[in-house]
Amino acid sequence: MQTRATGVSKEALKAVLLRNRVMLLKIAIHLLAFLPLFVLYFLAFTEQLGADPVEEVIHFTGMGAFNLLLISLLVTPVAKKYRQGYLLQIRRLVGLYSFTYAMFHLLNFLAFEVQFDLTLFFDEIIDRPYITVGMAALMILFSLAITSITALRRKMGTKWQKLHNGVYLAVLLIALHFFWSVKSDIVEPMIYFTMAVLLLILRKDKIKRWFKSS
Amino acid sequence: MLINTKKNHQLSEQQVTDESVYYGRRELLKKLGYLGAGSLLAQSASTNAGALDFFSSKEAEVFKRQALKFAPAGESLQILTPEAKISSHNNFYEFGTGKSDPVENAQGFKVNPWQLSISGEVDKPYTLGYDDLFKHFPLEERIYRLRCVEAWSMVIPWVGFGLAELIKKAAPNSRAKYVAFETLYDPEQMPGQKSRMGGGVQYPYVEGLRIDEAMNPLTFMSVGLYGKTLPAQNGAPIRLVVPWKYGFKSIKSIVGIKLVEHKPPTTWNILADREYGFYANVNPAVDHPRWSQASERRITTGGLFARNRIATLPFNGYGEEVAHLYKNMDLRKHY
Repeated sequence: MQTRATGVSKEALKAVLLRNRVMLLKIAIHLLAFLPLFVLYFLAFTEQLGADPVEEVIHFTGMGAFNLLLISLLVTPVAKKYRQGYLLQIRRLVGLYSFTYAMFHLLNFLAFEVQFDLTLFFDEIIDRPYITVGMAALMILFSLAITSITALRRKMGTKWQKLHNGVYLAVLLIALHFFWSVKSDIVEPMIYFTMAVLLLILRKDKIKRWFKSS
Repeated sequence: MLINTKKNHQLSEQQVTDESVYYGRRELLKKLGYLGAGSLLAQSASTNAGALDFFSSKEAEVFKRQALKFAPAGESLQILTPEAKISSHNNFYEFGTGKSDPVENAQGFKVNPWQLSISGEVDKPYTLGYDDLFKHFPLEERIYRLRCVEAWSMVIPWVGFGLAELIKKAAPNSRAKYVAFETLYDPEQMPGQKSRMGGGVQYPYVEGLRIDEAMNPLTFMSVGLYGKTLPAQNGAPIRLVVPWKYGFKSIKSIVGIKLVEHKPPTTWNILADREYGFYANVNPAVDHPRWSQASERRITTGGLFARNRIATLPFNGYGEEVAHLYKNMDLRKHY
């Protein structure tokens, strides 16, 4: 009797988990993406982030945005390969978190690095290619984030997909932004660049078609 | 001397934080750093940091520093950078390319015994052992601004002696036109050197000065800071300090000083000629190709919200003492 009872409840639990797997995944994503950001700023605001918290918050949010974007680009290939269609439902959330991190990245630069010296801010965006490129990528992510609202998506029809193909350009620009921003150690930017290219290679058919049709 | 006068204000909480606590807190973020990544690779070069440390209490080795006897500098008119920041925010790629890598990876660095040889175009070459570094020349304290080429700066109370004294003792001959410096090459101790191109840099790290720059009274050999021998990550046991040049000229953990006839190669110049020149004088009018050098963030007691962006001064504010060295030179060309 005892074993049968637990057997039933285990199955029931599994069913509940399976039914709610998207929601559970989303909760996990919220925690994993939001908590580090929260801890980062908590440590920064309370002066517990080392000698130069400015560099720390800029780097952390920049790398966070890049990592999240790469993860969001990994979702579709994984879902296809392992036939887990429900995974597609978490793509938007990961992408939006990538955009959130990227916004914090820019705000850190504006508020803490150039300290609201707007002349310097705009000069740097225009004069420094690596910042120009980063800004362009952020603009793309911004347009994707805005149009991720379901109502807008419906309204845009086929244009939506065209716009959202812009993410492939964004990921390359971000890789370049990272590459140009380092002083000498190019190993890590190379690895990131390779990851970005691999994720694009997984979509080579789609990109080819895209070029042909346009 | 040009001095940026700033009103002193109360100690921030950070200044009274115990050093070990101060360093320890950053570990927490590293552990959460799966999104900030980067640390992942930085740690591969380190010997003692890793994600698994979360579960093991690591027995930390601590680099020992001794108190020094020296002639103290007067009261500083500028706010000093707290010692904990000076010793935890370092560019010393031999111990890793992250700013906090050196403090983590250099704690076991052995500096005694040490040998510093002064050789080349001199009549009396000589070698200094570890104890000699602190005994041969009278030690004094000097408070200098340090301007990093990355556009941040600190104010540091160094202890040491003039490079001129060290060179004069070797009696340079008339062919001595330049001075070449070399950092220790010891990949066993310096994990960043393990691949010959750690951080993209070719090791050993080398630097150089023109002889008149080297003999200028401002040019300093530091063996300590904040009254004690240097922390390993700041270039123990002996380093150069050239306050009117970008920080990368101030080579660390020196084993060789050679007087030479021709301009010696310098590490960052070899790496990126267009970005880092031989002279590397602090110059707000000449930008680094990838960022502005017109202003800098002065790292002192404040945190994230410190309004610490200040104008960068020509020759880092030491123009009166050194501008004459470059009288007929185009400093846009000789950056």
